[in-house]
Amino acid sequence: MVPLSYYLVLSAILFGLGVMGFLLRRSIITIFMSIELMLNAVNLAFVVFSHYWTAWKGLDSALSGQVFVFFVIVVAAAEAAVGLAIIIVVFRTRASLNVERVNLMKW
Amino acid sequence: MTLETVLFYVLGGLAVLGALNLILQRHPIHSALSLILVMASLAVLYLLLGAEFIAAVQIIIYAGAIMVLFVFVIMLLNAGEEERTNLSRMARYVGLPVAAVLLSGLAYLLYRAWPVDLLVQPHPSLGQTRPLAEMLFKDFVLPFELTSILILIAVLGAVVLAKKEL
Repeated sequence: MVPLSYYLVLSAILFGLGVMGFLLRRSIITIFMSIELMLNAVNLAFVVFSHYWTAWKGLDSALSGQVFVFFVIVVAAAEAAVGLAIIIVVFRTRASLNVERVNLMKW
Repeated sequence: MTLETVLFYVLGGLAVLGALNLILQRHPIHSALSLILVMASLAVLYLLLGAEFIAAVQIIIYAGAIMVLFVFVIMLLNAGEEERTNLSRMARYVGLPVAAVLLSGLAYLLYRAWPVDLLVQPHPSLGQTRPLAEMLFKDFVLPFELTSILILIAVLGAVVLAKKEL
C-alpha cells in the first residue's frame, strides 16, 4: 500500500517536468506535448483524490472526480485537434516549427 | 512490499523517465513515443486505483487518438531535429528556477498536507463503470451535452484552419 502523498508527489513531478518542457523547448510540437503531459499529471491527481474520498464520502459522490477526468480528456482531444491545425497553418506561413520564428506579436 | 507497492514504484519511475525523455529528446517523434510511455504507465496506475473506465479511456483516446494525431502531424510536416538555439535570457534565468521552485514547493506542501500514514487502500470492488455512467448521465448531463457542442466546434475549427486558402 502506497501513501496518498506519494501519488500526489508523482503528479507534481510530472506537472513540473511539463512546465520545464513548455519553458525550455523551442519546437512548437514538443511544447504542445508538454501541455498534454501537464494535463495527464492533473488527471492523476483527480483520480487519486477520487479514490481517497471513496472511503470517506462513499462511491457515489467521490466518483465526480473521475467524471472530471473524463471531461478533461474530452477537452484535451478538442484542444489537440484545433492546436495541431494551428501548428499546420504556422508551418505553412513560416516554413519552420521553431517558436522563435513566430515573433510577430513579440516586443 | 506488496505487489501494489512494487507496481507503483515501477510505473511511477517509468512515467517520470518518460517525461524526462520527452523534454530531453531533440527529435519530436522520440518525444511523442516517450509521451505514449507516460500515458500507458499512467493508465496502469489508474487501473491500480480502481478506475478501470478512466484507464481504458486513457489508452483509447490519449495514447490512441490524440497521439496518432500528433505523430501524423509530425510526419506530415516532416519535422526534423530541433535546431539548437541559445535559450533566451528569460528562459535561462527565470524559467528554470521558477520551474524548480514550483516543483519543490508543490512536493513540500503535498507532503505536509497529507501525512505519510494515509495509505491508498486497494479497492474492494472492481466495477465503477456503472455508477460512473449513472453519475455522468444524471448529475452531469448538461456538461456532457455541452462537450458534444465543444467537439463539433473543434472539428469545424480544425477543418477551417487547415484549409488550403485561409
